[in-house]
Amino acid sequence: MKRETGMSVQLRRSIAYTVLVILSFLCLIWFYILFINATRSHAEMTRGFTPLPSTHLLENFHSLLGGTLPIFQGLLNSFIISVTTAALCTYVSTMTAYAIHAYHFKGKKYIFTFILMVMMIPTQVTALGFVQLVDKMHLMDSFIPLILPAAASPVTFFYMKQYMDSVLPMSLVEAARIDGAGEFRIFNQIVTPLMKPAIAVQAIFSFVSSWNNYFTPALILHKDVKKTLPILIAQLRSADWLKFDMGQVYVMIAFSIFPVIVVYLILSRYIVGGVTLGGVKG
Amino acid sequence: MKKGSKVVQYNRWGYIFLIPFVVIYTIFSLVPLFSTIYNSFFENYKSGLTHIGPNFVAFGNYIKILSNAELWQYAGNTMILWIIGFIPQIIVSLLLGAWFTDPSLRLRYQQFFKTVIYLPNLIMASAFSMLFFTLFADKGPVNSILMQLHIIKEPFTFMANVTATRTLIGFMNYVMWFGNTTILLMAGMMGIDQSLFEAAQVDGATSTAIFFKITLPLLRPILIYVLITSLIGGIQMFDVPQILTNGTGDPARHTMTMIMWLNRHLYNKNYGMGGALSVLLFIMTGILSMLVFKFSSSKEV
Repeated sequence: MKRETGMSVQLRRSIAYTVLVILSFLCLIWFYILFINATRSHAEMTRGFTPLPSTHLLENFHSLLGGTLPIFQGLLNSFIISVTTAALCTYVSTMTAYAIHAYHFKGKKYIFTFILMVMMIPTQVTALGFVQLVDKMHLMDSFIPLILPAAASPVTFFYMKQYMDSVLPMSLVEAARIDGAGEFRIFNQIVTPLMKPAIAVQAIFSFVSSWNNYFTPALILHKDVKKTLPILIAQLRSADWLKFDMGQVYVMIAFSIFPVIVVYLILSRYIVGGVTLGGVKG
Repeated sequence: MKKGSKVVQYNRWGYIFLIPFVVIYTIFSLVPLFSTIYNSFFENYKSGLTHIGPNFVAFGNYIKILSNAELWQYAGNTMILWIIGFIPQIIVSLLLGAWFTDPSLRLRYQQFFKTVIYLPNLIMASAFSMLFFTLFADKGPVNSILMQLHIIKEPFTFMANVTATRTLIGFMNYVMWFGNTTILLMAGMMGIDQSLFEAAQVDGATSTAIFFKITLPLLRPILIYVLITSLIGGIQMFDVPQILTNGTGDPARHTMTMIMWLNRHLYNKNYGMGGALSVLLFIMTGILSMLVFKFSSSKEV
C-alpha cells in the first residue's frame, strides 16, 4: 500500500461534501424563502420571517389576479413567444447545420467561418438599429421581431453542427437518395429524427433564454396586452412597491420562476449533460 | 464520391437550406449593425420637446462620449461588478471540478449536486434580481432574520450602501454562473489523459500537487476560454443591476453598467450617442471574440 503524504482521502471527502452542501444551500435558500413568503399574508410578513409556510398562497394568488398587472396575459405572451422561438430556432438551425454538413458548394468555408465569428456578438450592440428597423417595418408591439430573429442563431447552429458531425453518416443520406427521396424529405424524415436529442436540448435552452429575456422585449413591447413577464417584473419594481401587498409581490416572482424550475427538474439530466456538448453557452 | 452532374445538382440544395438563416441574419442582425454604425456619425437627440438632427458630425459623437466622465465611470462599474462575480466563480468552479473528477474521492450524489448548482443559471435574471431586492429590503426577510438572531439592532439599508449593492449584484452573478462554469471546466478536466494522474500518484504526488502541476497547466486553454466568454458576458451585464436599482444605478450611479447606460440612451431616443456607445461596445466584444476564435480554432473545433 502506498501512503498519502497529504490529507487522507476520508478527510478530503468530508471537506468536499461540506463545501458542496454549503453551496447547494446558497443556491436553494432564496427559492425556499420565496416559496415560504408566497404562502404568507402581508400582515404575517410585517411581523418577521418564519421558516414554515403559512396558508395564504391561494389568497395571494387571487389578489394578484385581481391586481393592476396583467399577469395572466403576460404569462400567455411569454409562453407564445418562447414556444414559437424554440421551435423556429431549432428547426432552422438544424437546417443550416445540414446545409453545411451535407453539401459541398462554393463559399461554404467562408459562411461557416463567418457564423463562428459572429457567434459572440451581443444583441445589445445592434439594438439601436434593430429598434429603428422594427419601427420602420411597423412591427412595434408585435411578437414577430422577437420570434423571427431566433431563426438565425449562430450558437444553436454551432451546437447542431457539432452533433450532426457525430450522428449523421452521409451514406444514410445517399441511400435515401438512391431510393428516390427528395432533399427536403430526407431532411424532414431522416435528418431531424436523428437530431432529436440535440433538438430537445437546444429547444430547452432557446425556450428558457426567450422566457427570461428582458432587454429586447422591453424595447419592442409597450402595450399592456403585449407585455411579457420580465417587463411586468420591471414594472412591479418601478411601481411604488412599498404600498404593494407583499404576498402578491412574492407570488408574482414565484410565478415567473417556478415554471422553469419544474421543467428543469424533470429534464435536468439532459440539460446538465447538454451544456458541454456544444461547448459555447452564455 | 463520384463527381457527376447529379452531385452538383444535389449541392445546389446547400444554398437553398441556407436561405432562411442568411435572410433572417441579414435583416435582423447585419442591417441593424450597419444602421447603428451609420447613426453613430450623426447628431440626433431630443432636447426637451424639440428634436435635434440628424446632422452629420463625423466622429463628433465619439469625441463627446470618450471625453465623457460617465463612460469611464460606468465602464469601471461594469468591470468591478464582473470581477466581484468572477473571482469566487472561477475558484469554486475549479475546486468543484477537481473534486468531481478526482477518482480517488469517488464523490456520491454527483448528479444531484450538479443539478442544484446549475439550477440558478436558468432562472429569469430579472425575477431573481427582484427577489433579492425584496429579500434585502429594509423590512425584508434578511433584515428580519438578522434582527431575530440579534446580529444587528436596526435594519441595514443594503440598497443605500455602495459596497453592499455591488456585492449583491456580484453575488447574484456568481450564483447564476458558477454551475455553468463548473460543468465546462469538468469537461476539460475529464479530457486530460488519466495516465498522467496515475503516474503522478505512483510517484507519490499529493492531490494538491497534482492539481497545481498537472490539472491547472493542462486546463489553460479552457480557462482562457471561460475567462474571455465570461468577460463578454460581463460587458453585457444588464438585467440584474437594472431591476435591482430600478434602472438608476444607485447608490449615486455606482452600479450603473454600460448596457444600462445604452438602454437609457435608447429610451430617450438619443440615437447619436447611443450609436457611438454601441459601436464602442461592439469593438470591445469583437476583439474579445477574436481571441476566443483564435483559441478555439487552434485546438480542433
